[in-house]
Amino acid sequence: MAVSHLSEDEQTLIEVLREIALEKVAPRAAEIDHSAEFPWDMKELLAQQDILAMPFPTEYGGIGASELAILMAIEELSRHCATTALILCVQQLGSIPILLAGTEEQKRKYLPPLAGGEWLAAYGLTESASGSDAAAMQTVAVRIGDTYILNGSKRFITNGGLAQVNSVFAMTDREKGTHGISAFIVEKDFPGFSVGRVEDKMGIKGSQTAELIFTDCEVPAENLLGREGDGFKIAMMTLDRTRPGIAAQALGIAQGALDLAVSYSKQRIQFGRPIADNEGIQFMLADMVTKIEAARLLVYNVAELIDRGEKNFSKYSAMAKTFASDVAMEVTNDTIQIMGGYGYMKEYPAERMLRDAKITQIYEGTNQIQRLVVARDLLK
Amino acid sequence: MKIYVCIKQIPDPNTVVSQLDPNTKRLVRSGVSLVLDPGDEVTIAAAINLRDTMGNSEVTAVSMGPASAQEAMRRALAMGVDRAILVTDPALAGSDTLGTARVLAAVLKRENADLILCSTESTDGYTGMVPGGIAEFLGLPQLTFAREVKIEGQKAVVKRVTPTGYLIVESPVPAVVSIASGSFEAIYPTMKGIMGAKKKPFTQLSLADLGIDPSQVGEAGARERVLTIGKVAARAAGQVLKDEGDAAQAIADFLQRYQLL
Repeated sequence: MAVSHLSEDEQTLIEVLREIALEKVAPRAAEIDHSAEFPWDMKELLAQQDILAMPFPTEYGGIGASELAILMAIEELSRHCATTALILCVQQLGSIPILLAGTEEQKRKYLPPLAGGEWLAAYGLTESASGSDAAAMQTVAVRIGDTYILNGSKRFITNGGLAQVNSVFAMTDREKGTHGISAFIVEKDFPGFSVGRVEDKMGIKGSQTAELIFTDCEVPAENLLGREGDGFKIAMMTLDRTRPGIAAQALGIAQGALDLAVSYSKQRIQFGRPIADNEGIQFMLADMVTKIEAARLLVYNVAELIDRGEKNFSKYSAMAKTFASDVAMEVTNDTIQIMGGYGYMKEYPAERMLRDAKITQIYEGTNQIQRLVVARDLLK
Repeated sequence: MKIYVCIKQIPDPNTVVSQLDPNTKRLVRSGVSLVLDPGDEVTIAAAINLRDTMGNSEVTAVSMGPASAQEAMRRALAMGVDRAILVTDPALAGSDTLGTARVLAAVLKRENADLILCSTESTDGYTGMVPGGIAEFLGLPQLTFAREVKIEGQKAVVKRVTPTGYLIVESPVPAVVSIASGSFEAIYPTMKGIMGAKKKPFTQLSLADLGIDPSQVGEAGARERVLTIGKVAARAAGQVLKDEGDAAQAIADFLQRYQLL
């Protein structure tokens, strides 16, 4: 296994999580994918085991786990069910804006129920016409007295409609471009907040992806995160911080696929011997495991940087996400190839893994945007 | 109520293929990964459920074993057990079920246990003799194959699994209850449980602490002699039924014969 700096308690937690993932999560994965329903039982399981509490500091009801432990938890869950792992990823994604920019009151109010898993979090940045280009955002917020009035909509929001706490980004001053974006904590039951279409997706099917609609939505001014105009910075800092989680999800999916490819190729007999005896298959497996190990090193490396308190890890976060998600696509694709007809059938998990892997190249910043981040740092 | 659970650390049944040492005729326990017996996890769950339903109760895990058994006990503590007692002593090596029962009974007597839960059998040796031995040493009633355990006043009431159904049986407490495998949902340690486990009371006792003479336990005190060990005969091929209109009946008869219907 790759280098790791886990504490003894965290090591034990990951070992227990490995058992839970195998015994409780794995048997649900296919059904979650088929039914495309949010797995509340998995959410409960993660809450009960303090897994959802991992990204939160102890003073807010969390367990203050290291970034490495969080990533390893996401990896272990993703090996069996990427949708279940995403519950942890998004709990972190939706909460980091509050952790980074929230006041003490905001943290005290919102973080404990999120750490306890009673509430889910969501992160609302993307819009139909504003993906990589955040400045094209159409959602606006206008302050009237002690209230901001939000109008517009957010698209492709994970946990949309399920999350009690939504970190939402809106324009308070269009003239200023990205510097005119502000961040708000929007509760599900604020007047004027509603949920639009729920998307039908290629993968991570049990995760609910929905449109958030703001129609004169009233957000108390005390729910502004940071100051007006801080929104873009908060959004980007959050994604830098959570992208390693997506990298870990991709890594876990790839590892799950490799596990399957290895076990299948040892069992599948053709021409009187296991296909694993053929060099053609062995070379594929060797390349798959090597790529996975390289991805793992990048993922654990960025965890190390974060846990050490380094500030400039953006490039490493981008590298880990890009590389691990590309590896996830390659490895799941090769797993299907090794499994032949069986790999292509919905009865087996390989094709689900490929569908789940695809999103990791897209969300929390496309891999093309990640490459820009890396290149800009290189050429500066 | 003071509830006690007797637990054991064993070679991991999920990863280790049990090996017997032809010279000592004992199970090889070195160089293999050791875990808390999965059967004991179920028994611990039974104890914790009972504690939480009754309130004002405490669960203590008791084990006899080498120092490495501490790890299995930490797992029990992380699962929610309140405290742990491990008896460890070089003179205990080679103990048979009699010696084990003698040692565990000595701890339980000292502790004035109200209720003692054991798994029906361990997942390594499978002798199933220790619970009975403890009850005998303590002069307590023993309730076996329990799927459910309740305390009603001064009585333990147990739903006992039989080959054809259930029996409800009861006895006064203190009593020894052995839990049928798979009767309770496993409890996985939570992170808070793992972190808290280190702060819970953990007692280590030696034979001297218990006032047991080393000649009564270990190799010296063993009354059990393993005469021979051998390989299990290879399994014969299964029976293949050809359906000529009577297969359903044949399958039903087969299942009936093994009391599966």
